[in-house]
Amino acid sequence: MAGIITHTTGVSGQHAQQRSRVDRDPVWVRWTLSFLAIGFAILFLVLPLVVVGVYALSEGLRVFLSALTDPDARSAIRLTLITAAIVVPANTLFGLVAAWAIARFRFRGRSLLITLIDLPFAISPVIAGLMLVLVFGLRGWFGSTLSDWGVQVIFSTPGIVLATLFITFPFVARELIPLLESQGSDQEESALTLGASGWQMFFRITLPNIRWGLLYGMILCNARAMGEFGAVSIVSGHIRGLTNTLPLHVEVLYNDYQLAAAFACASLLALLALFTLFLKIAVEWKLSRDARLAARDAIIETGLLPVRGDRSPRSTSPSTPTT
Amino acid sequence: MIRIGLRERCVRVINRQHSVLPGFGISLGLTLMYLGLVVLIPLSALVVKALGMTFEDFWQKAIADPRVMASYRVSLSAALVAGLVNSVFGFILAWVLVRYQFPGKRLLDAIVDLPFALPTAVSGIALVGLYASSGWLGGWLEGLGLKVAFAWPGIVIALTMIGLPFVVRTMQPAIEQLESESEEAAAILGATRGQTFRRVILPILVPPLLTGFALAFARGLGEFGSVYFIAGNLPMKTEIAPLMILIKLEQYDYHGAAAIGLVMLVASFALLLLINLLQAWTRHRSST
Repeated sequence: MAGIITHTTGVSGQHAQQRSRVDRDPVWVRWTLSFLAIGFAILFLVLPLVVVGVYALSEGLRVFLSALTDPDARSAIRLTLITAAIVVPANTLFGLVAAWAIARFRFRGRSLLITLIDLPFAISPVIAGLMLVLVFGLRGWFGSTLSDWGVQVIFSTPGIVLATLFITFPFVARELIPLLESQGSDQEESALTLGASGWQMFFRITLPNIRWGLLYGMILCNARAMGEFGAVSIVSGHIRGLTNTLPLHVEVLYNDYQLAAAFACASLLALLALFTLFLKIAVEWKLSRDARLAARDAIIETGLLPVRGDRSPRSTSPSTPTT
Repeated sequence: MIRIGLRERCVRVINRQHSVLPGFGISLGLTLMYLGLVVLIPLSALVVKALGMTFEDFWQKAIADPRVMASYRVSLSAALVAGLVNSVFGFILAWVLVRYQFPGKRLLDAIVDLPFALPTAVSGIALVGLYASSGWLGGWLEGLGLKVAFAWPGIVIALTMIGLPFVVRTMQPAIEQLESESEEAAAILGATRGQTFRRVILPILVPPLLTGFALAFARGLGEFGSVYFIAGNLPMKTEIAPLMILIKLEQYDYHGAAAIGLVMLVASFALLLLINLLQAWTRHRSST
């Protein structure tokens, strides 16, 4: 579902300045609406973030640090990092492959495939966890066979990884499909015509063209992978020091009334979120700049703008591989 | 006849142009395999488990159980109210972000995405810090007679926080695309600003507003992490439907969990369909 959300920065600024006097809102309306909007954002977005930081440090820096260096916390952090280290590359590879198939070829059932890829966004994380229990739980489809082989999925790391894979499945693909479609395949085709192999074309044309979108999808995927709670809490079994991820560790501390420690671990995750937002803004800025440059190049190429030779247009020099 | 033949040939040429690119078979094959392993097998396990029950059994577990029924009511009512609150304030936020200039605007725009990036457990524990009776706002609100944390209003607040970006990010592009000509024309023809808003602006913005509402509502129905912390999870009062699944699983009642899961799955598929229809409506509206 989040895939519907598109990048919207950049245009609104000029828009508002160009408005004529007639269609501007009266001053009192502007003040009231601005006040309401900012107040609502402070109440629902800023205050929750501030409260986490304040409570995390409420019992002093020593409690904060010992909460993060506690063996259980350290193993939770380790498990969270391991999960993300498996899930993000796997879903990135899948996203690249799926986006290539969907954006570059037309085939029967294509739109059904897109809907299926979007599915994990529409399904509650708890249901995702339930599905995995039904497949891999002891009384599930493969559970008893796997346990005969000595493999445990549910209440163990593989289950946590699988749940996270499911939840973060669409992020990279959703980001890349529209990007690849909007760029078209002209450059790739000319590379092939000039004798490039498929891999050369991919690494020298496709990948550089989509790198910012790819990074963007990976950032979102990573944030969700490290922060997932619902699906993971169903499959993990909450074994301290073994199958607790950082969000689950927050829950355990909270249920033990160790509030300062719970907020300390939560603040670590909140920092991750802020870092994610910061990266996202940077990447969005890059994307919109690339789009502006591409639009300018297109205008220069079609000769509508008499600045030919002013600056070297990027799109005329695709780094074609020499063979 | 000739025309159709020509058209077909064109299509074929276009298709062939696409097939110059390598890797179709392998990329589609890998996609389907991965999709099947990670998504479709688990999904079918749930459907098979739930449909393997007799209808009687399903009805008993998913509908007739008063505790389960109460959890549906809590989930639906809280998601509905949160969606409505977000429709109003998300609209205002999007309007302010597109139309007005003020210091800190970029920061406001950036922080709207926070609920997408913030782990839901963190949102939940933060809201407890704010609204519990010892919290920053909770004591003051309880003085006014409103208990938020560990009660129904707390669930609404959690779902409002989670759903806000959906409405704002759907409304922003729609407001940006409004043509100032129609507003100018209305003003020149003597409409007040209020009339212009009601008769010219609002009708165009209804489809995206409904889309944003449906997205926030759907997310609210499935949300678990943030609600888990602030709801207090009292049977019959503040248990949400996803929590009931967790409880059934802890009792090793796999059939009960699968039955509730199927009900929720059907609800989210219906919402997904509705959202797709609303988006098609939005596109249709903006193209005519």
